[in-house]
Amino acid sequence: MIYFENVSKSYFDDTSPALENINFSVEPGELLSIVGHSGAGKTTLLKMILAEEFPTEGKVFFESSDIQTLNKQELLDLRRRIGMIFQDFRLLPHKTAYENIRFAMEAAGRSEEEIEADAPHVLELVGLEEKLWNFPSELSGGEKQRVAIARAIVNQPDIVIADEPTGNLDPINAYDIIEILKKVNEMGKTVILTTHNKGVIDALGKRVITIDKGKIIRDDAKGKYIL
Amino acid sequence: MAMFLNLQRVIKSGFIAFWRNGTVSLASLLVFTVTLFVIGGLLLGSAVFDAALTQIKGKVDVTVYIQPDTFETDILSLKQSIEQLPEVKEVVYKSSEEVLAEFRITHANDSLILQSLDELGGENPLRAELNIAAQDPRELGSIVTFLENESIISRNNGAGIIEKISSQNEKNQEAIDRFIDFTNTVETLGLYIAIFTALITVLVTFNTIRLAIYTSKDEISVMKLVGASDNYVRGPFIVEGIMYGVFSAFFTLALLYPVTRWISPLTKDFFGSINLFEYYISNFPMIFLILVGVGAVLGIVSSLLAIRRYLKV
Repeated sequence: MIYFENVSKSYFDDTSPALENINFSVEPGELLSIVGHSGAGKTTLLKMILAEEFPTEGKVFFESSDIQTLNKQELLDLRRRIGMIFQDFRLLPHKTAYENIRFAMEAAGRSEEEIEADAPHVLELVGLEEKLWNFPSELSGGEKQRVAIARAIVNQPDIVIADEPTGNLDPINAYDIIEILKKVNEMGKTVILTTHNKGVIDALGKRVITIDKGKIIRDDAKGKYIL
Repeated sequence: MAMFLNLQRVIKSGFIAFWRNGTVSLASLLVFTVTLFVIGGLLLGSAVFDAALTQIKGKVDVTVYIQPDTFETDILSLKQSIEQLPEVKEVVYKSSEEVLAEFRITHANDSLILQSLDELGGENPLRAELNIAAQDPRELGSIVTFLENESIISRNNGAGIIEKISSQNEKNQEAIDRFIDFTNTVETLGLYIAIFTALITVLVTFNTIRLAIYTSKDEISVMKLVGASDNYVRGPFIVEGIMYGVFSAFFTLALLYPVTRWISPLTKDFFGSINLFEYYISNFPMIFLILVGVGAVLGIVSSLLAIRRYLKV
């Protein structure tokens, strides 16, 4: 589904490359964790999947298309197939949990009927059916991340990318979030997440790619957090 | 259907952004209103000047005084030949009796003149006259030339029938030229002021929209995340710009109502029969369309400039 072929990325102001000769592929329905220290290149890698960054060398393929050659409409279509989750949640503070979901659905051009049906359903899926009308300021960190997950999956993407989803959470909430991501994966979505959290990786027991200084140093099918 | 739904959402978001900007929106509205008021004033002023000019041009340009004892058939024949000139707009014949009656009415309050007339013992000292209006005041010269020849050709028992030709040609033309110069100067000045205020409006609205883009940066990032189209992201800011223009046009129209009503008697004193208020009311649809149109265009231009500069989608 996603294929990195000899990908390197350098920035003008950096002496060492952010990514160097990256090769890996992600199959549909896979749950992949990317681990590494801060600045190892995890986020750059995710941004390449989203076509927010492009390689200076090599190619990134989404299905059979080279992401760098996609036109504007194809890029929009690509982004519509990806749901994104961030460490800092990025919820709209003046909108309730329901309205945050609704806003994402509206922006994706979903009809009123779909919004009415799917928005409460997806909040129920992440266990927030009783917090529909709470603003982000009235929610805990774990609850905010659940809303962010609900927003990421509500437009039924094929891939869910989570950039440090448990970074701001205590261990209990982090575990809950991982359980929800596993549930999302079981629904048939491809899930790619980056994390520092050893407990998260060990709990998942799924494929782990370890990056250090822009290079893949380990790619284990049922990996553990080893750094 | 999906396009209509998106349009509906874009308009709704534009309204929300408009209200959310609060006092900044108000500043834009005020500066927009000033600009549209200047443009509205220019429209009305131009109408007043045009009407005044038409009125001046329409006044009698040449008066032909007829020799006493001329047969009316000869006068009417002369009238007919004058009317055939392409430069002539209208010829009005007044018999000496009609001229006298008008004179008495005009001087009804002047007992000395009326007494002098009575002392003449029923004799009419005034002459029949032909009042000629030209199509264009600049053609008065050729009409006068024709009449000077006609006074030789036309006969009244062997004598010319025209006693005197009174032309306001040079005096009128000079006044008209000065008035045209004056209106041109006022209109040009008005145009410069309108352009200047329009530029300020675009600048202020540009900054307002820029601020709106900044305050909406979270929404914009979410829209981009879920793959919203460029038009969906940009649309609300264009709607916001249009709203500044359209709302200001309504304010301006509401403001022009009492202003024209108040100023109307003054313009009537100065320019004669032109009633500015009536002009405003009778031409309201046209003024409405122009002001709303100009407001919307200024709003769109300001928004597009701000979006182009500050909204990378």
